Amino acid sequence: MIEFQQVSKTYAHGYQALRRVSFQVLPGEMVFLTGHSGAGKSTLLKLISLVERCDSGKVIVNGQDLSRLPKRQVPYLRRNIGMIFQNHRLLMDRTVFDNVALPLVLAGTPHVKVRRRVQAALDKVGLLDKAARLPLMLSGGEQQRVGIARAIVNRPPLVIADEPTGNLDPELSAEIMKLFQAFNQIGVSILIATHALSLVARMKNRMLELQQGRLVGDNAMLLS
Amino acid sequence: MKKRSHKNRRTQTQKVTRPSAPAKKQDIPSRWPRLSAYGRHHLRACVTSFGQLMRSPFANILTLAVMAIALAQPSGLYVALKNIDVLTASWDEAAQISLFLKRDAANANTLMTALEAIPGVATALQISPDEAMAELEDTTGFGGLLALLPENPLPTVIVVTPAATVNTPDAISALVDTLAVLPGVEQAQLDQEWLNRLFSLLHLGHQAVWLLGLLLGIAVLLVVGNTIRLLIARHQEEIQIMKLVGGTSAFIRRPFLYMGAWYGLLGGLCAWLLVAISLYWLQGPVDKLATLYHTQFHLDGLGIVGGARLLLISVALGMLGARLAIGRHLAKGQ
Repeated sequence: MIEFQQVSKTYAHGYQALRRVSFQVLPGEMVFLTGHSGAGKSTLLKLISLVERCDSGKVIVNGQDLSRLPKRQVPYLRRNIGMIFQNHRLLMDRTVFDNVALPLVLAGTPHVKVRRRVQAALDKVGLLDKAARLPLMLSGGEQQRVGIARAIVNRPPLVIADEPTGNLDPELSAEIMKLFQAFNQIGVSILIATHALSLVARMKNRMLELQQGRLVGDNAMLLS
Repeated sequence: MKKRSHKNRRTQTQKVTRPSAPAKKQDIPSRWPRLSAYGRHHLRACVTSFGQLMRSPFANILTLAVMAIALAQPSGLYVALKNIDVLTASWDEAAQISLFLKRDAANANTLMTALEAIPGVATALQISPDEAMAELEDTTGFGGLLALLPENPLPTVIVVTPAATVNTPDAISALVDTLAVLPGVEQAQLDQEWLNRLFSLLHLGHQAVWLLGLLLGIAVLLVVGNTIRLLIARHQEEIQIMKLVGGTSAFIRRPFLYMGAWYGLLGGLCAWLLVAISLYWLQGPVDKLATLYHTQFHLDGLGIVGGARLLLISVALGMLGARLAIGRHLAKGQ
């Protein structure tokens, strides 16, 4: 599903965010990406969604070599990746329904289908009764669930999340993680960047650890 | 009773249309959903951008006022020139050529028949020396003094009116040259100086319309561009999010382009209105002036074609301004 081959990324001012990182995430796998802040977790996720491009090496997502993907194809790549952010990145002046519907509207999905899909997605995250509200009227945990509903509404094969529980208390974080597990069980590949180690340790999933841009740990062997 | 029948009719039409809808979908091949998605995108962008325009009326009224004034100036000048053209077209007909005949050329009548054969001559009027003398006495009041002259010093004059087809300064002067070399003609005279001056002045006016139009067109472009740029800055976060969840550049651009088109359309309509109001206001003084000259003159407005052209140009300028603003923005970053 995701493959990194000797990937390096240096930002314009000389800061080296990733150094020769190689790994693979198989279809249907759920993987945590850990490390201190500044270790390169966000950069790695940005390379997958082509917010940034790598300097050397190869990033392959869904069988597509991203270094060869022309700029105008980027939106279509992103429609197959559900993205979740620490600060939700919701449209604050639109209702929960409109926020979740956004990816479908962008893809030109017919109106009737949009309604059905959005309701299904909101049902999965337990917010069906709050569809007509504005994001500001919801709690932090609920806002994040709206973000998750938006990420899965067009049923992408891959979901990437950048610190999805960063602003939440442990209880809510555990709830969000359970939600991810549920999606993983129906076959969605999931890559979650987090530094909530205690939470991740309990979940017995594969863990990739970054340190100063280098991949220093992968417990895939241990688990199998 | 009435209400009931109305209801019945409605349910009937529903019954008719509903089953046909899915059948339609099957008939039309796979291109249909993509096309309709495209249409949906456009409709949504068109409607939401208009809604946005209506949401902050005060700021938009200012923008529209600037656009309307900028567009009204070249349009107004264009209308003024169009009216002057109409006016001078009737003057060209009035331009007459006086042929002063040689004193010894006795046979003015043969010349008259010769003139009728020349293309470009509409009418020719012969004024004998006696008639000319009588007119001179009438207009100057020198009757007694002129009577003292031993003989009538005035030549025979033929006043030629050019045909309507001879309406450019070049054609008129060519006609004058032709007439001057006719046998028996001493001199052919046309007070052409002022006509030439008028025509070059009008030419200058036409050039000025283009120049003014160009400059103010650029002004409109900048006004719309700047307005859209501010709008984009306000929707920065929204644009970023749309990009992240898979919005194409075209999708993100579209509402702003429609916004530019709306500005153009409304600005153009306001300009049209301004020109119409100005003309209505000027018609009174023009009527007074015309009465003083014992004529009638009606001011022509932009007309449907001119107005449509104005709207087309203003919409194009609005969209181009928006395109420039959003294009620069989208080029930055992923």
